[in-house]
Amino acid sequence: MAKLTMVQALNQAMDQVLAKDKRALILGEDVGVDGGVFRVTDGLIKKYPNQVFDTPLSESAIVGASIGLAINGLKPIAEIQFMGFYLPAFNQIVAHLARYRNRTRGTVNLPVVIRIPCHGGIRALEHHSEATEALLAQIPGLTVVMPSTPYDAKGLLIASVNHGDPVMFLEPIKVYRSIKEEVPEEMYEVPIGKANIIQEGTDMTVITWGSYIKDVMEAVKDAPYSIELIDLRTISPLDNETILASAQKTGRVLIIQEAPKTCSISSELSSRIHEKCYLSLKAPVKRLTGYDITMPLPAGEELYLVNKPRIHRAMKELMEF
Amino acid sequence: MVIENYDPLKGQMLQVLDAEGNLAQGFDGVLKNDDVLKLYQVMTLSRMTDKKALAMQRQGRLITYIPQSGQEAAAAASVYALTFEDWIVPAFREMAGWLLRGAKLKDVFLYLRGNEQGSKNMPKLRMTPLCVPIGSQIPHGVGISWAQKLKGENSITIVYFGDGATSEGEFHEAMNFGGVFKTPTIFFCMNNQWAISLPRSLQTSSKTLAQKAVAYGFPGVLVDGNDIFAVYLATKEAAERARQGKGPTMIEAYTYRQGPHTTADDPRKYRSTEEEEKWLCKDPVSRVRKFLEKRDLWDDKKQAALEAECDKIIEEAVAEAEKTSYIPEDIFKYHYAEMPQELQEQFEYFKSTLGGQHG
Ligand SMILES: Cc1ncc(C[n+]2csc(CCOP(=O)(O)OP(=O)(O)O)c2C)c(N)n1
Ligand SMILES: [Mg+2]
Repeated sequence: MAKLTMVQALNQAMDQVLAKDKRALILGEDVGVDGGVFRVTDGLIKKYPNQVFDTPLSESAIVGASIGLAINGLKPIAEIQFMGFYLPAFNQIVAHLARYRNRTRGTVNLPVVIRIPCHGGIRALEHHSEATEALLAQIPGLTVVMPSTPYDAKGLLIASVNHGDPVMFLEPIKVYRSIKEEVPEEMYEVPIGKANIIQEGTDMTVITWGSYIKDVMEAVKDAPYSIELIDLRTISPLDNETILASAQKTGRVLIIQEAPKTCSISSELSSRIHEKCYLSLKAPVKRLTGYDITMPLPAGEELYLVNKPRIHRAMKELMEF
Repeated sequence: MVIENYDPLKGQMLQVLDAEGNLAQGFDGVLKNDDVLKLYQVMTLSRMTDKKALAMQRQGRLITYIPQSGQEAAAAASVYALTFEDWIVPAFREMAGWLLRGAKLKDVFLYLRGNEQGSKNMPKLRMTPLCVPIGSQIPHGVGISWAQKLKGENSITIVYFGDGATSEGEFHEAMNFGGVFKTPTIFFCMNNQWAISLPRSLQTSSKTLAQKAVAYGFPGVLVDGNDIFAVYLATKEAAERARQGKGPTMIEAYTYRQGPHTTADDPRKYRSTEEEEKWLCKDPVSRVRKFLEKRDLWDDKKQAALEAECDKIIEEAVAEAEKTSYIPEDIFKYHYAEMPQELQEQFEYFKSTLGGQHG
């Protein structure tokens, strides 16, 4: 089996999707000739000139037109260049993309995938290191997905294209080229809505997702506890079953997230766990999150992102509660 | 009256100084020799900063760099046509203009080293910080100029944006506001022919960008953006119109991004070296030098002296930026005038993590 980076795995997934389904198409800024600023769509315009489109610099029209394309039977995979730049399209996402199925009482579903590179740790300019998945997760009707490995990226992207409803497909830039792993050549799906138990354990559950997975795995390896590590993979809808069962089993939960703390995914996880596993908990859920501040520019980025010592401190505090 | 006489719908473009440095007849005195020398100096400083910064980025001393080469005339001559009372709303490729306004190279380097302190001093110079989300600064330019009008000031605002930005909704909404409220605004479009990999021809089916102004009820003019005389003339006139209460003007400066989009970009993916070479022949900086040499105002000795001076300015700015340390606590301090309690608690935790030993 070939070892691929996430960029290569995503490229392969789209290559296969475009080949298999002529209704599928890719649109976005610089996705064609340039192959995308991260080269995720590299080479696809040559192979599928009628299915890959370089658009003008217009996020609102990229999403709005994708809605129209989907209403009329096509399956757009749109790329937004960075997470800071889906905001011009937020109106289309919230007012229409998320609502069409409900508005038409199930007669119109929109098989639209919006791919968005996200998260920090890459020393980029302002607006290029955003972690606003909670903004999207609060919108009823949206599915929000974030793979953390090349294998999951390919399988989740194919599942997203087949999902039938709009998927916000968030790609942690930091992982794009930093991990290589075996990825099957054939098409396969990683189910949407299913979290991944990376390793089982009994002392505590650690939940994280996206760009933090690798750092957290390393911190888990060095920690003197038996840890159950969960990668959310799908941020909305959350996999209650897996999360709550693990919380019940270990009785201690640490959530590690890049985004600011207030009104975030960790807030939601924490309240669900408290609401549903109260009597099993040995300590209140602990959250190690971003601060409630704007992601600093690169010179200050390390001050914001979690690191191993902070993770270990949080684990210790949780164990010693 | 260049704005009236050049019709963007007919594709007419104002050019006064040709690529060989010859000035068209009747335009003597538009810029005096001293003015041209000043513009040449700042354009050279900007050009040399590009070289230095690209080298620094390769050495890991800047996080990224946004090359300016090719657009120095449009940046410098437009700001030169304004007064210090006028506001400047930049995008990110107008360095020669920022420097003319008094922005410190040190601050530019700080910003490019990923330090927010680099955006601190600009508002004091009636200049907004660099703006990354494409086109989002354009309504700010309208608002600032609207305030100038409402407050009865005689000043105006120039807002810069690229060819790519004209595809964003915010561009159109801002242009419409400007037209409706007759704000004293100059919408200055740096048409450098590319938006990353997308050529101007695929950005819009409009023949020119300047003609978009027509739809919003005010004039647009297309000028050779590599010609300091043309840019200066058009901007000066647009500023006069604005000061007289005649409302906005859009200027399309026809120019070229000679370098990559940023240091992360590879133009070989999408454009030819032939195209790049063709545009190098129209280079705005050497064009001014040719003009000066033709008038015996410049020679190799003066050039060497200017380059030495620019070198010194750049090295000093780099040294100052590199010795400016990042203030960790600053990441918390400026979100609210008073820190909310929850943030205060997070701040206390943050301070306990500094130094690394406590995790
Ligand atoms: C809203 C938004 N979308 C996408 C980007 C990514 N991006 C940065 S620069 C750029 C192209 C800008 O082209 P143009 O307006 O012509 O300015 P230029 O870079 O040529 O100076 C793009 C797509 C962004 N910064 N903001
Ligand atoms: Mg451009």
